[in-house]
Amino acid sequence: MGGAICALGQVLLDTSKLSPPHMLVAFVVAGAILSGLGIYDKLVDFAGAGALIPVSGFGHSIARGSLMEAQRLGVVGLFTGALEFTGLGVTTAVFFGTVIALAATPKP
Amino acid sequence: MATKRVGGSTIVYSTPPVIVSAATVAGPKESEGPMVEWFDETVPDDMFGERTPEKAERRFMEDAIKIAIGNAQVLPDQVNVMFAGDLLNQIISSSFTAEKLAIPFVGLYGACSTSVQGLTMASAMVDGGYADLALAVTSSHYQAAERQFRYPIELNIMRKTTSQYTVTGAGAALVGASGGKIKITEATIGKVIDMGIKNPHQMGPAMAPAAADTIFSHLADTGRNPEYYDVILTGDLGRVGAEILLELMVQRGVPLGENYADSGVLMFEGVRGTGVGGSGCACSALITYGYVWKKMCQNEISRALIVATGALMSPLSWQQGESIPCIANAVVLEA
Amino acid sequence: MVSPGAKKQKADERAKYQRLATSIVPKPPLVRNAIVAFVVGGLICMVGQGVMNVFTSRGMSQDEAVAPTLATMILIGAVLTGLSAYHPIGEFAGAGAAIPITGFANTVVAAAMDFKREGYILGMGAKMFIIAGPVLVYGILSGVLVALIRWLYRG
Repeated sequence: MGGAICALGQVLLDTSKLSPPHMLVAFVVAGAILSGLGIYDKLVDFAGAGALIPVSGFGHSIARGSLMEAQRLGVVGLFTGALEFTGLGVTTAVFFGTVIALAATPKP
Repeated sequence: MATKRVGGSTIVYSTPPVIVSAATVAGPKESEGPMVEWFDETVPDDMFGERTPEKAERRFMEDAIKIAIGNAQVLPDQVNVMFAGDLLNQIISSSFTAEKLAIPFVGLYGACSTSVQGLTMASAMVDGGYADLALAVTSSHYQAAERQFRYPIELNIMRKTTSQYTVTGAGAALVGASGGKIKITEATIGKVIDMGIKNPHQMGPAMAPAAADTIFSHLADTGRNPEYYDVILTGDLGRVGAEILLELMVQRGVPLGENYADSGVLMFEGVRGTGVGGSGCACSALITYGYVWKKMCQNEISRALIVATGALMSPLSWQQGESIPCIANAVVLEA
Repeated sequence: MVSPGAKKQKADERAKYQRLATSIVPKPPLVRNAIVAFVVGGLICMVGQGVMNVFTSRGMSQDEAVAPTLATMILIGAVLTGLSAYHPIGEFAGAGAAIPITGFANTVVAAAMDFKREGYILGMGAKMFIIAGPVLVYGILSGVLVALIRWLYRG
């Protein structure tokens, strides 16, 4: 499943004028929308990490966290819930990103 | 009325200046290529022991100048003027190096066409009697260019079928009235041509029409055929751009023959991970001052038309959706 | 003032040239690229599934296991980037390396490594999210909007 998402992204890169950052944004937004339609949950049930690891899963996790907290807390939950599942990921990226960047230098 | 001109855009130097000496310094990837034996200095560390690639680029340029003036046995203060340019914002490699060497400096920006721009201007100064010795210098650096124009070095990016690889290195030519074998006889200053290519990964296809236009103007101005030259060398079109150029010249009725070659293709033939060839200011400079000039000194080539091509876009202009304006400048070297 | 005729002629010339260029520019190997992206992307996701299974086997629910799994994968991507290993994977596999969350980590670390030369505040700090930033921005925007719509719709 994860492979299929990646292959789809590659075909998109090769056949359209999208740059890699554009493609990533398209996938994260698509993930959020499919989540809203209830489709992405089915993908996750079917494929587990195969649907969660691609960047579309990131959009899905944001939408899902936001909705979950909204149902619990109301409007505030929409905002507090956005990073419910993904906050740890973002924090990890910043923390380890910094640590590793301090230690490593780019090699061509 | 200007007398030292023919046709619409070609300068004819009345007392052709000569290349007194020239020097090339190349980075590690360039030294893996077939041209390695022609470079004066090869540097195995692309960072040149420096902390930033920008500093490293200056070291390449500084070394190229020092070798060139050293081989000519002159001192920096005997050089009257230096024309230099590079790819970095505000051409910092050139100006910082000029400060270090304390040579009077004129900065140029012609992207990858800078080598020929510099040679054209240095020759004009010498021919006009405004300088005894004039330097034409240029440099580029893979890491420095990549992070300015494209993405961070370690990013996961797949090369496109038209991607090129920026040459790390620098080339310098010292031009004087006498004391050398190879004359600079004519120069054709190109027009900026934009055929609407917007994809920054398609530099070759963007620049090919500019190269075609300048070569065509040059031949028309001088009344020559492509066969007049032993070598017609474009700057950094890469394999794809070179193929398009050949097709464009066929369409214009002046097909180029076996004497045509592209510096970007020559630079990295058989080197893995370099896309369709080299690019960058140093690409044309390294092949011209390394391979062509030395071959001419050895009497193996007697007439060469050097056409350096440059893409004049900035990261800002392409992000704003503008297409890529390009230029090609040409000089004639004769033994 | 450029006459409309000349403008049209220029546009025609450009269009003609672009057709020529397109005909000569080699096409990317679509099938090869898609297969490689499929295999590499699939492998990364399999590693992710393995990590997730470790967490769920320790008694976490699937929901609870998502965050630590993503964090682990981000750590893996970050370390590979630091070792200069992720760039070649990306060059080989394209979207297969870009789309998984490890690719997200790569964009952050690659930018941080590169821009630390311009200082820790204005360089590394400011530009760390130069590629990942848009993903976060539009991910959060669309995620919250989608959640809002669904929340209003379901009541």
